[in-house]
This record gives sequence, C-alpha cells and structure tokens, in this order.
Amino acid sequence: MSGGPVPGAGGTGVELRELRKSFAGPDGPVRAVRGVEVSIAAGETVALLGPNGAGKSTTIDMLLGLLDPDGGTVSVFGRPPREAVAAGAVGAMLQSGALIRDLSVRELIAMMASLYPAPLAVEEVLELTGASEFAAQRTQKLSGGQTQRVRFAVAMVSDPSLLVLDEPTVAMDVESRHAFWSTMRRFAARGRTIVFATHYLEEADAYADRAVLMAHGRIVADGPTNEIKAMVASRTIRATLPAVGEAELLALAGVSAAERRGETVALVCSDSDAAIRALLAAHPEARDIEIAAAGLEQAFLALTGDAAAAEQADPPSLQAPR
Amino acid sequence: MSALTYTRYELLRTLRNRRFLLLSLIFPLILYFVVAGPRAHDRVEGTAISWALYYMVGLASFGTMSAMLSSGARIATERQAGWNRQLRITPLRPFAYFRAKVLTGYMMALISLAALYVAGVALGVSLAGSQWLELTALMLAGLVPFAALGITLGHLLTPDSIGPAMGGGISLLALLGGTWFPLGHSGFLFHLAQYLPSYWLVQASHVALGGAPWPLKGWLVIAAWTAILARVAQRAYRRDTGRV
Repeated sequence: MSGGPVPGAGGTGVELRELRKSFAGPDGPVRAVRGVEVSIAAGETVALLGPNGAGKSTTIDMLLGLLDPDGGTVSVFGRPPREAVAAGAVGAMLQSGALIRDLSVRELIAMMASLYPAPLAVEEVLELTGASEFAAQRTQKLSGGQTQRVRFAVAMVSDPSLLVLDEPTVAMDVESRHAFWSTMRRFAARGRTIVFATHYLEEADAYADRAVLMAHGRIVADGPTNEIKAMVASRTIRATLPAVGEAELLALAGVSAAERRGETVALVCSDSDAAIRALLAAHPEARDIEIAAAGLEQAFLALTGDAAAAEQADPPSLQAPR
Repeated sequence: MSALTYTRYELLRTLRNRRFLLLSLIFPLILYFVVAGPRAHDRVEGTAISWALYYMVGLASFGTMSAMLSSGARIATERQAGWNRQLRITPLRPFAYFRAKVLTGYMMALISLAALYVAGVALGVSLAGSQWLELTALMLAGLVPFAALGITLGHLLTPDSIGPAMGGGISLLALLGGTWFPLGHSGFLFHLAQYLPSYWLVQASHVALGGAPWPLKGWLVIAAWTAILARVAQRAYRRDTGRV
C-alpha cells in the first residue's frame, strides 16, 4: 500500500458531541439516538457494539454526513463530515448495499478510484481485498461473499484516513471473514482510524482497541475491549434471599452489580465462581439459586435495565468493585 | 481526479444493457412503420409535410422522451441497491453526477433518433443536410426538460412505481404533444399542448417548411420547464440521502 498522509495520527479523529436524532414512527417520534458522546483519536480502531435497534446505523449515518442530526455536532478530523468526505478522507462500507450492474469488478473499482484525489492503484485494491481472482467478472454475476469483498474494495480504494464499516461481515462466509479482518489489521497498523459497528462481541474483542456499547440510542459503556468483554460476558446469579441489603451483596467477591426485586436478588458477576462461593459462605440461607450466562442482549438489559439508570446521562463506571 | 472517467463508465454500462437498449429502440420503430407505413407519401392536411416525416418526428419525440426518462429508471434501481448512498460518501460533486446522468440520457436519445431517421429515409423522408441538422438540434434542445424530469422521478420513486409512472406519463405527453395525430390550430387540446415541451418536439418537423420551426413561444416553454424541473431535480437529489 502506498502511504498517503494521515491527518494528525494520535490527534483528533472523530468527535461526536451530544448527538440526537428522532424519526417519525407510528406511535409518535422514535428517539433513535439520544445524546451520544464519543471521542475517537486518529489511529484508533473502535467497535460500536450493540443489539439491533441500538442506534448504531443512525449514528454512523450522521458520522458520514448522510443524515443531519436533530441536535449536537459531528466533526471528522476537525471538519464537518461532508467536508471530510469531499476531501476524500472517508471510506465506508454501508449496511446491506448492492453493486451497480453491467461493469466488471475491475471497471467498477476504476470508476470509483477516479472520484478521489489520491486513490490506491486498482490492482493493489483488488489484491488487498481478495477480489483479484474475479476482477474480470460482471458485478451482477458475483456470489454474496464476492459482492462483500467488492464493497470492501470500494470502501478502501480511496486509501481513506477514516474507514467506517457498518456490520461488514454479516453476509460473509468464514473464509472471507478471516481474510477481511486480516486486511483490516494491516490497514489499522498504518495508523488509519477505523470505526466498525457489530453485534458480535467476539469481533469487537479480537479487532478493536476499544468498544463503545450502545443500547436504546445511548452509550452505556465505553472502554478498552477487554474491560467491556468482562462486563458483557458476565453471568447472573439469581437467588431468593430476603433481608440482605444490595450494598452488602455488591461487596461480595466477583459481583459487579446487585439488584433486589422483592425477595429475589440478581447479581451480575464478573467472576461467578468466586461470587457463588462468597454468597454461600456469607449467606447460607440463599435458596432457588440459578446461574445464567448473560448474552449480549441480557448484558445490555442488565446495564440499562432499570429506568433510573436508563435516564442517566453518564454511562456507568467500568470499574467493578473488587 | 477525473469526473469524465466516471461519465465514461456510466455510458459504457448503459450500452452494455442490451436488452434494455433493444427494447427501447424497437417499439418506436414498430409503431412508426405501422402508423406511417400506409400513407407515407400523403401530405398532412393543409401542410406540405408528408406523413412519413410527421410520424418520424412524432415517434422520435416518443422514443427520445422515453430515452431521457429511462435514466430515471436506472437511478431508482441504483438507489434501491444503496448505490446512491455509497456515492454520497465520495467526493463526487452533484454537478458531475447530473452531467453523467444527462449525458447517458442523451446517448440513448441519439441512438433512438438515428434509428428513426434510418426508418424515415426508408419510408421516403427526404431533407436537405442542413434540415437534418436543424431537426436534430431542435430535438436535443427540446429534450433538456426531460433530462431533469428523469432525474427527478428517479430520486422520488421506487423501481416498482417508476415503470407505470413513466409509461403513463410518456403516453400522455406524447398524445397531448401530437405524436399520434396533428392537434390542428384551435380547440382546447391545441391550447393546452402549446404549454407542454412534448408539443414542441413534434413541431420540430416544421424544419421541412423552411423558416423558423419554433416561434419564440416554443423556446420560452422549453426554457420555463427546464428552469422549473432542474430546480426540482436538484431538491429531489439533495433530500434523497436516506435508506431506501
């Protein structure tokens, strides 16, 4: 790859400030994004993690200048997104797109390359994205996996300083997925800023420096991926245990959150083995004990479950009590 | 950065869609032979224009209108594929985008025009070289509003709805423009038609009579439609950034 200039590596990358967006729905306005606040440094790889309907795609549309926010601001390398796009600094692979027909893969990439001030060489992009072997095929004759590789090539052809990917691997087979992420790694190593949306925790964990968790249009957690993973890959212990305070339960080893509902308590655990031992040692009267692995959805619910927490503007602290 | 490379590939991929190309050429030709064939050498009542010429221009207006609006059908399909959004995140300027779409429409229109000229000559149309050129120039000028209309429809409608909208719209404009029969010089239809761009396309056949085929009114009608539709097309394009 030829190295183009990378705007202020380590400096300002993407700034989302107090971002809000609502859409008209059948039962009044749907608040898709409500006060999103993220700073991404140039050169960072950030995963936007969240279940469907969390507001990831709406946030990405605003980040790319495809959608105007109702409130708040977006800045990309210190500029409004449309200016950054006009300067050719942004590449993106949008969700669920197809290609235009009646061109070969090579011609399509050449066509897109002609729009940018300093594109990569067409053959280089084809090689990089694994599209060389079917470069002479017409775009309407490609398989789903091949189409995704070409869409990836379209996103990469400008050698962008910021690459935005909205659920890029959804339609890919295992082999394409693997090739895709290894290309991304090499690209990130050149100091490029990458933002990708996913609902796979594993992808965020393996490929991002940092994960931003979204649910119901808000950011519920933001931190290094290993911390987010510990938080999200938690288990929940439920037990019938009257007469023990939440504070006392929270102090147990391995417990990161405690909540009481009538006689039952729910403990979200960073280490459920330690927590169950500590719980039984301290409160042998606990009964009806259930331990369940919390999937991503449950973890989001645990993080955003009670109305009070959901209305809080600040994301909860990542630091679990030890 | 070369926006002309972009235009070149747009033209290339339009030409490669052979089914589309053939279908849009063949119907005006068939209609021409059916309608004009039986009375090719007779004169249109009260004029010195042969039916072969009248219908050659009439069906050329029909064929070229369809050709210009077909860029709308392509735009609607591209939007559904999400391609329009992909283009918005490139430095492609709206002007370069419009230029590519308008030129693609004109390329299709010129092919359609050439096919009808050949058919016209086959039915005995005979014009001086300068008259052919003048006729072509008038047709191309009269098509400008349709270029803007095609882009507008493409950004407002879905691939499902653009077919009937175009079929119906073109039929109506062709009928009211005089493609199928001369509208005479009086009556409601005649007065209405004078405000439609399709009427002036058909009137381009008057080149055969010498003198100015379009009065000032014709130029003003074309210019007014162009100004209005270009504004509407621009707005439709600018607003159309959402997911389809």
